[in-house]
Amino acid sequence: MRGLLAALLIALAGMAAAVEPDEILDDPALEARAREISKDIRCVVCQNEPIDSSNAGVARDLRLLIRERLVAGDSDDEVRQYLVDRYGDYVLFKPPFKPSTYALWLAPFVLLGLGSVAAGVALRRRSMRAGAEALNAEDEARVAELMARYDGDQSRKDD
Amino acid sequence: MQRILVLLPIAVVLVIGGFFVWGLNPERDPNAIPSVLISKPVPVFDLAPIAGVDVPGLASGDLAAGEPVLVNVFASWCVPCRAEHKVLTRLAAQEGFPLFGINYKDKPEDAKAWLEELGNPYLRIGSDESGRSGLEWGISGVPESFLIDGTGTVIWRYVGPIVTEQAQDDLRRALAATRERAAS
Repeated sequence: MRGLLAALLIALAGMAAAVEPDEILDDPALEARAREISKDIRCVVCQNEPIDSSNAGVARDLRLLIRERLVAGDSDDEVRQYLVDRYGDYVLFKPPFKPSTYALWLAPFVLLGLGSVAAGVALRRRSMRAGAEALNAEDEARVAELMARYDGDQSRKDD
Repeated sequence: MQRILVLLPIAVVLVIGGFFVWGLNPERDPNAIPSVLISKPVPVFDLAPIAGVDVPGLASGDLAAGEPVLVNVFASWCVPCRAEHKVLTRLAAQEGFPLFGINYKDKPEDAKAWLEELGNPYLRIGSDESGRSGLEWGISGVPESFLIDGTGTVIWRYVGPIVTEQAQDDLRRALAATRERAAS
C-alpha cells in the first residue's frame, strides 16, 4: 500500500508544472509549442529553473508573453529571439553557437583531442620500448653463438 | 620533451590558481545577470500616470531628456523599495538628476498611499499594472534602476535597492562618467 502511494506520488511529481489553468491556450497545438519553448527559458528570478516550472511572478508574465507572441503568429525562433532581445542569451538554457560561446561549445572537443594525442603518444612510447626489448638479428646471432659455446663447454665437462 | 613535462605541473597550478583568483574575487557576483540593454536605446513603452497622483506618465520619448536621468522601477508592495526611497530622494536632490519611476504591478490606490506616506521624489511615474513594460526593460524583480544618458541610451543598471555606500558610489561614478561624455 505504501509502495503504491509512493509510486503514485512520484508519478504525480513528474506532472507538476507551474502553468495555471487560466494561462493555457485554447489551441492545443499552440499550447504544446508554448510549453516546449517555456522548458528552455530560464526564470530570471530563480535562475536554475525553467519558467515552465517556476511559480515566480516574472516567470508567469513570460509564459503569458510567449503565448501572446504565438497567438500573434510568431514562429518558435521569433519568440525566443523576442526574449533574447530583452533578457539576453542568459534566458536560454541552451546558449547559441557564436564567437563569444565558441570556448563553451568547443572546449570539450579540444580537451578530448588533447587527451587523445597524449594517450596516443604514451601508447606509442610504450610499444617502442617493447620493441627495443626484442632482439635484432645481430643480437640473435650473438646469443646463438654464446649458447653454442656454452653447450660445447657443458658437453666437454660431461666427458 | 622532458623539460616541457617538468613545466606541466606549474602550468596546471597557474591555470587552476587563475580560475580561483577570478572565481573567489569578492567583487564578482555570481548571481549578476548581464543586461542586454547597456549601450542600447531605451525600450519602447508608453505608460499612463497613476490615477490620483499629480505627476505625468512615462514613455520612451521622455527619456531622451538632454541630461542623464535615473529610471527606478518600484512598487508599494516591495519592502526594499521602502528602504531605497529615502536614499533615492536624497541622491536625486544632491546629485541633481531627474528621477523617473515605473510603478511595477501595483494597484493605483496602493501606490498613491505609498507616495503620500513617504513623499514623491519622482518627476514622472508610469503605471505598469500588467508588468509588460517591466519585461521590455528585462527586469527580474523590483527594485531595479537604470541610468539613461541625454540621448536616451541606457548607461548603467542596478538590480536591487540602491542603499549601500557601494551602490551609491556606483551610481555617482556612472553619473559622472555620463556627464563627462556628454560635455566632451
